[in-house]
Parts: sequence; C-alpha cells; structure tokens
Amino acid sequence: MKPPLFEYRAPRSLKDAIALLAGDSGAMVLAGGQSLIPALNMRLASPSRLVDIQHIEGLKGISVQDGRIVVKAMTRHRQLELSEAAHRANPLIREAMAHVAHVPIRNRGTVVGSLCHADAAAEMPMVLLATDGSVVAEGPRGRREIAAEDFFQFHMTTTREPDEIITEARFSVLPAGAGWAFEEFTRRHGDYAIAAVAAIVDRTSGHVSLAACGISSRPVRLRQSEEIIAKGGLVPDVLKAAGEAAKEAVTAPDDMHASTDYRRHLLAGLVRRAVEKAASRTK
Amino acid sequence: MSTRAFGSRIQRNIDPQLLRGEGSFVDDIPLANALHVAFVRSPFARARINSIDVTAACTHPGVAAVYTCDNIGDLDLELPLLIPHSSMTDARTQRPLARGDVYYVGQTVAMVVAVDRYTAEDAAALVDVDYDPLEVEIDLEKAILDGSPLVHPTHPNNIAAHLVQVSGNPDRAIAEAEHVTRVRVQVDRSTAAAMECRAVAAIFDRVTGELTVWDGTQAPLSVRGGLASILNIDEDKVRVIAPNVGGGFGQKVLLFYPDELLVPFAARHLGRPVKYIEDRRENFVGSTQERTQIHTIELYAKKTGEVLALRDSFLHDTGAFIPYGIAVAQVASTSIAGPYRIPNIWVEFKAVYTPTVPVTPYRGCGRPHACFAIERAMDQLADDLGLDRFEIRRRNLIGDDEFPKLREGLLFADGLPVSLDSGQYHKALEMLHDKLDVANFAAEQQKAREAGRHLGLGMAFYVEGTGLGPYEGGHIKIHPITGKVYVNTGLTSQGQGHDTVFAQIVSDQLGVKVEDVILVEGDTKAFDWGVATFASRAAVVSGNAIHKSALIVRNKTLTAAANMLEASADDIELRDGAAWVKGTDRQVSLAAVATATNPLRYAFNESAKAATQFAPASRHDGPALGEGQAPGLEATDYYSPPCATWAYGVHGAILEVDPEICSVKVRRYVCIHDCGNMINPMIVEGQVMGGIAQGIGGAMYERIEFDTDGNMINANFVDFLVPYATEVPQVEILHLETPSPLNPLGVKGVGEAGCIPVGAVIASGIDDALRPFGAAPFQHIPITPSMIYAAVTGG
Repeated sequence: MKPPLFEYRAPRSLKDAIALLAGDSGAMVLAGGQSLIPALNMRLASPSRLVDIQHIEGLKGISVQDGRIVVKAMTRHRQLELSEAAHRANPLIREAMAHVAHVPIRNRGTVVGSLCHADAAAEMPMVLLATDGSVVAEGPRGRREIAAEDFFQFHMTTTREPDEIITEARFSVLPAGAGWAFEEFTRRHGDYAIAAVAAIVDRTSGHVSLAACGISSRPVRLRQSEEIIAKGGLVPDVLKAAGEAAKEAVTAPDDMHASTDYRRHLLAGLVRRAVEKAASRTK
Repeated sequence: MSTRAFGSRIQRNIDPQLLRGEGSFVDDIPLANALHVAFVRSPFARARINSIDVTAACTHPGVAAVYTCDNIGDLDLELPLLIPHSSMTDARTQRPLARGDVYYVGQTVAMVVAVDRYTAEDAAALVDVDYDPLEVEIDLEKAILDGSPLVHPTHPNNIAAHLVQVSGNPDRAIAEAEHVTRVRVQVDRSTAAAMECRAVAAIFDRVTGELTVWDGTQAPLSVRGGLASILNIDEDKVRVIAPNVGGGFGQKVLLFYPDELLVPFAARHLGRPVKYIEDRRENFVGSTQERTQIHTIELYAKKTGEVLALRDSFLHDTGAFIPYGIAVAQVASTSIAGPYRIPNIWVEFKAVYTPTVPVTPYRGCGRPHACFAIERAMDQLADDLGLDRFEIRRRNLIGDDEFPKLREGLLFADGLPVSLDSGQYHKALEMLHDKLDVANFAAEQQKAREAGRHLGLGMAFYVEGTGLGPYEGGHIKIHPITGKVYVNTGLTSQGQGHDTVFAQIVSDQLGVKVEDVILVEGDTKAFDWGVATFASRAAVVSGNAIHKSALIVRNKTLTAAANMLEASADDIELRDGAAWVKGTDRQVSLAAVATATNPLRYAFNESAKAATQFAPASRHDGPALGEGQAPGLEATDYYSPPCATWAYGVHGAILEVDPEICSVKVRRYVCIHDCGNMINPMIVEGQVMGGIAQGIGGAMYERIEFDTDGNMINANFVDFLVPYATEVPQVEILHLETPSPLNPLGVKGVGEAGCIPVGAVIASGIDDALRPFGAAPFQHIPITPSMIYAAVTGG
C-alpha cells in the first residue's frame, strides 16, 4: 500500500494550478485527500502529477449571498458542518453532514472534493442535488457554472473536464418556512449510504424536493415522488405512494451490502419518513 | 497488612505507555540500512504456473534481490503440519513461495527485497508470472460433490479430514426419544482484523552467527524452534522477540507464514537487516482466517424437553491448506453439547479444502460455531415442544453436583477427554432471567407490538474449555539493587494485560507493589521454555507457574530474612517491599535480603558490605554457598494442567427490529460470566467486552466475501464491516466465581469467552422480535439487512 512515483506540485495561484493540470493529461487535483490518498496507496489511481490546491489564495471560506451558500474548494467538511451562517441558511446541510464519514475524516476532507469524487452513495452530492445547487468550474477556457443535475454523471464521474478545477459549490438557501429532513441507512455509523434521502418541503409554494443516493449510479432526484406529493398533499397514503414510486429509481444491482429488492423496500421507507419529518418542520 | 492484589481492579501497568504512543511495535524497531519486502501474490484461486520472469524486477533501481522458489535453497519446502492428527491423510501445507501451482488468491509467488517498500512494490509489479487458471469451486457444500474441481488432486471430494466421535450410546437413546428437532445452521468466513497487521524484521550478525528476529507473533519460542530447525542454526543462536503486538486473536499463533522464514533468510543471505510490514490488504488476502462451518444438528428428546441424544454432522472450511490441523473443527465438535447434560452424542465433521486463504484458529476457535448450532437447536426444541427458552435450558443444564461432567469418547484439542470441571449453570441462568427482567418482558413486547414496534429477547449459553497444556513456566528474581521483582515467562502479550495480572499474583506472595513487579516476556532470551499465547491459557498456565515460583521465592525470602533479623521464619511477614518481624518495627528491605543471599567479594554499596565474605554476618563454616544452595532470591517453576478447565456464561439481549428499514438495534445486552477466581475483574471485563464486540461483528457485520472465481471482494475496511464503537451496545456484566478445582489459583481462561454466544443471542432475539411475521428462524450468521428484509416480506 505505497503509491507509485508521481510529481507533486503545490501552486500558489489558480492560474498556475490550471496550467499544471492542462500541462499533463495524467494530472489529478489533490484537495483534502481523504479518497485520493487511499486510492493512491492501493494503486487504484496512478496520476503522473498531483496538483495540490491547498495553498491557493481565495479557495477557502463559506459565504451566504443571493440565496446561495457558497462553499469554496478548500473548505473542509467540518467547517461547513459547524458554520452557523450555513446552518441558518439551510439546516439540511448540517443534518446531512453528521453522516459524512467520521469527524477525523471531515476535519481533512473537503466538500467540493467529495462532490468531484462523486461516489454514488455519498451524501453531499445528493444534498447539492436536493437544493438545486451547482458548482463553478474554472479552466483554460474560462469559468462556467454547472447545475448539480448536469454535473453528476456516473459513479465517480462528473462533467468536469480534466483541466478544470471546481472552485466552489453553491447550495441553495432553504425557502422561508420550508421543512427539511435527511434520512439514511448505513450498516455502520458513518459508512456510505445503503440508501439516503434528502427532503425539502415548502407548504407555501407547494414545492417538494426529494433526492436519494446509494441507489443508482449517481445521486438522483425522485421526480415522480415529488409530483405525487405535490398533487396529493402531505397525507399518510400519499407519502406511502410516494415511497412506492421511488422504488423505480433504484437501479443498483445486488451487492454484498444489500439486494436490489431490499434497497427498494428501504428507499420507500426512507422517503416516507423523510417527507413526514420535513413536513413536521414546516412553518 | 496491605490489601490483596489478587482480585483487585488494578489499572493496567502497560496502558500509560501504549496510550501515549510510546509502545514499540515491530515497525518501530530502528534498523539502520534495512531493506524492505513486497510480495508478488497469486491473482488466481487456482492456477498452474508456467513461468516466472524476474528479469525486469531484478534490474529495477533499488532492488537488492528477487526470490522465487528456485533461489531460496532449503526454504523451498512444504511448511510444517503443526498439529498432526490421524483424521487427516497426507495433510497439505503451503510452500513459502509457490512451486508449480497456486491455491488461493493472495498466495505468495515471489519476494522482492529493495531499499524501501515503495521500490519493492514497483518492482513486484514488474515480475511477470505466466499462469494457466484452473476451475474452482468456492461453495463449501458443492466442493464435496463428485466432479467438483479439486484444490489438491490428492484429495477426492476435497476432503481434508474426516472424524466421528461418539459419547455414550446415541443409537439406543435415539430409539427411545419421543421427539426430534433438526436444524441446519451456518456461520460464515471472517477474519481477526487486528489493529496491527503482521510484521517481521531480522538481522543476521555474521561475526557471532546470531540471528535476531522481531516478529509480531503469539509464539516466539515456537518460532525460534522452527527457525533454528529450518535454517539449520543452533537454537541458542536464534533470538525471537515479540515486542508490543497490536492484537493477535489467533491469527498470529500460526507458524510459519512465508515471510516469517523468508525475511530471516534474506537478512542472512543479503547481510543486511530486512523488514516486512504486512499491509491491510495483504492481511486480508494472505493471513489466515476462520469460521465457515455448516452444521446439521439433531436433538432427540423426551416430550418433557429432556434431551437424550445429540447428532451433529458438519462441514468445516479449512481453506487451501490445513497447517494447524483439525484444531478448529475438533474444538467445535467437542463443545457441541455445550452446558447440557446430554449423555449421548454422535458428532462428525468433514474438513474441506477450498481454494481460499487457509483457516486456522481465530478467537473462539470452533466454540462460536458449536454454540450457534446447539443454542439455535435448543431454541427450536423449546418452540417445538411449546416450552419457554429458559425452561428448556433449566431441564437440561448440568447441575452443580454433577461436576466433573465427563464426556467420555470426545477428545478435546489437547487430546484429553472432555471433562467439564465446575460451574453454577442454573444460578447463572436465573441471574440472567432476573437481570433482563424476563418475567415482565412479554407484556412489554406486546405493548410495543401494538404500537408497531418489534422488540425481541434473545439468549444463549456457552461453555469454553480453557487453559490447555502442555505447560508454561515462570522465573522470578528479586533484584538486589532496587528490590524490584522481575518475572519472566515464555508467553507474549498482544494487549491482554499479562504484565498486570502476573504482577498481582506475585505481589501478594512477596509483599511488593504491583508496579514494582516487572514482567519480561515475548523474548526467547528472557525465558527459554514454554509454548505460546492461545486458547485462553495465559492466566491458567503461566499464571499458576508464576504463582508456584513466587511461593518458592517467598519461602527463600522468609528464611533469609529470618536469619538476618534473628527471628523465626514463622514470625516474618513480607509487606511494603520489606521483610518485617511481625508486630515490631524491625525490618530489612527485600533488596538487602536479595543482596545478602548472594555471597560477594566486593562491597559496592551499603547492603553489599553485609554480604561480602569478610562481613561478620556471613561468617560461617564451609563454603559461602552451601551444597544445594543458589545465590539470590530467585526461582523457576512450571505448571502443566491435568486437562482444560471449563469456563462458561450466559448472555441475553433485548433488541428492536425495524421492519421498514430492516435494521437491528440492541437495546440491552447482559452477560453473566464465570471464569473462576478473577485475578483482576477490570481486565476480565475488558476481555469479555472485547469478545462481545467481536461477537457483534460476527453476528451482524463481518463476512469475508469471495466471488465465484475466488477473489476476495471486500479485502478492505470499507466493505469488511468491523463494528465501530457506535455499533457495539452497552454491556452489563455480572460475575460468578466458581473456582477451578484443577489449579492452585482456581482460575479459568477468559480470552475468548465474550465472542462465543453473541451470534446465537442476536439470532434468538431477532426470531423473537419477528414472530408476528411468521418468518423462518435465523440460522445463518452474520444476519444482514437483506436477510431481515426477506424475513419480513416473506421473500
């Protein structure tokens, strides 16, 4: 479990970082290293160059502006989890983050790093999706915003180009009076989700947002369930039907932790519970 | 008089050092100029090797040597079968480096030695091995069918061993039975997952011809014997040191792993220190595992529930090789009747070769399997006869006056007949009944069901044969300068707290503080004789040996002090590090006594003046040391147990199953436990707790997964689910102390106890919780959410 040889670069500017990435097709970005370093050690990844972005000016911090919670690339999970401003703006974030691995990992790992890693069972990509969030990519061709819906493609695959750096993530602020909930089942505390659901329920606008992870090759919005609730209202039978409808979104095959049938059953239950809890938190 | 140390909750001597990170593990041993090892391992579960090309690896910068079976001289051999037994024919063991064939994914094929581990891994990737993959069958039950691919062509149907043992007259009893309960149970493959993986480092001194090996092993004396023999070096020239070791659990009692021979060999061959630190992935694919057994057990009973006979037939997965013999299967087969009277037993097993990592004992060593089989069967029998689960046990538990309970015909892992020596089984059962408030549980369960919640009560009883021979020794010396007491034994510790419990034993006899007793073990230069740490035997075997040695030193001290204090030995007491004339303030320190008993020529300090040949006190006729006398306060003695001594306990839990999520939450976990006299209840509880945590792993989380090609697909801590503290329930432990009649201290072993019944407890509890769903009983562990899903949906 020792990595093969690689070139290590620690640029001070974003411009240099992008140039270093663009200059080597085998280059990878290193942020908090909580997924990449184990992958290197197990020789599952063998980049020719690592571009460490932790010393770049302007890539740290959290701000709430224009209905968005902006999380810069080198912001650690734990910083976002403990941010009072972010918590006031959208309490779903803190509730979900308590399930992201364990505190020592959250101390080092970054939110944007987790989004870019895009594990299909990871919590934060789902939260970005549930909040209609986006990421900002910067590369040799300039800067672009990518909606969460368009960003996550497959397990560990995003629409980020190899020479782009995701400089920030933008989570939406919770609508005033809306309720929220995060429900997850893992076999051990802190593990990747067997299935998890994030819910936002706004009684005022009638808007319901439901996203799930662990059930497919990427985090998914449960549109059909959202519609059922939007039409039928927040009553037990409707929530049950929304849960049943969510089963169709499960495409993950049987694996060592769960059978497909069990995942469907589980997801239905989590959807029902999440919406119920979110509804109870609406004002 | 100071309080007795034996039986006290004394904090562990070693903890401050370990908690501050000041422990010294194999990888912490500074070895200047050391070379590092990486292995080329088989990617196939079964294959022929056509050729191995090491050219590119040899010329890779930084590589010192690449070894295959062709350039390791005498090491190109089949490793020893450690415990022969007549039930095996032509038992197969591994070669340090594969010759011709590979038998499991992870088997060592070549060894690269380089300036650092990075370079060694780079070069290992350059070794080109040409394989012809062969067909495999991983499934234990299919592996024994005619026509299944063979692991070893020498062994038809992959049968490695076959043994039938009979106690009493089962045929007659079966004919007389009024009812039979039959269940099939399965326990799956797991691994020890010690915090520290295995590690070996070696130096060969060309000048003295001495080989020094640091090995994270449970058996340094045995490793020394084997190394000397295989490398053809005098035993006195081989020193094996097991420094701090981060957990063993049986995986580290096997010898030899290929690296344990190849690293010392390379150190001698290359003339430089060589180090191999196994990484986690290698530990998964290369170090031994345990657990898979499939039992079909039948209980033949009267309508009253009294079990007249037991028949059990099981398959035991031994992996690709069987280096530790049939130990695991043998312990399972001889523990199968558990704590019950059951006078007639027929038990058969087949040990089966599968193309997987070899199987050797892992904490529990067959006992969790046997416990799971008999306890699930007892629950089923209770159900069949409409009896309560406690009641069926009351009607079958061995009574206090029935000990020793001999199971003639069943030979335990020490080759001796099973004889349960002592216990208060009925009392333990009633303690659990009270503590869990079983009387009121049914009402609570009903109330919860009405509210849509599913509570269950689970329970299981277990016995554990502990403290196996052949023997251990203890050497004790009171140091003449400091008065501190040095103790040596042939064991090694992997975190058990030997240094504290052995010190407690000595402290009481010599009247010194526990922290002034210093244990040195795990070093073949510290003590020459003994076996190893395994089978819950340290406290029983070394503990009693040290106790016996302490008594001798105590008597020597009393005699010498009586002389010095001009009193009768009967009037001397030992306390506070000194010998006192009872009821007076006249005393002499143990250091001074130790000095005075060693006739000196040179007066190097105040005490020494009294011990020189010219001191008035030492003037006597004849030589300074009389015939038969030895200098100093020192003794060595040994203890060899007559047979295993049987500890036992009963666990119960109240748990809740959520059928929507298919999760299990353990609400209460109660352990009633009896390991005879407790030397240190805190350490006993630590052992029990650790065992229960491991048992929770086995009950609900830990399963090694092989695909049909024999690849281990969860060889990491992401997918092999060792429970975290968050998954381990609070445990309430209550003790009973029934002294063992078999040894002077009255102790029984405790190392493996905790893990034994947990799987049966959890399965029993989930069954109880899910009764309204009419699901079949849970007879297979670990129990996963998918299995609960199938039960609650009838899927």
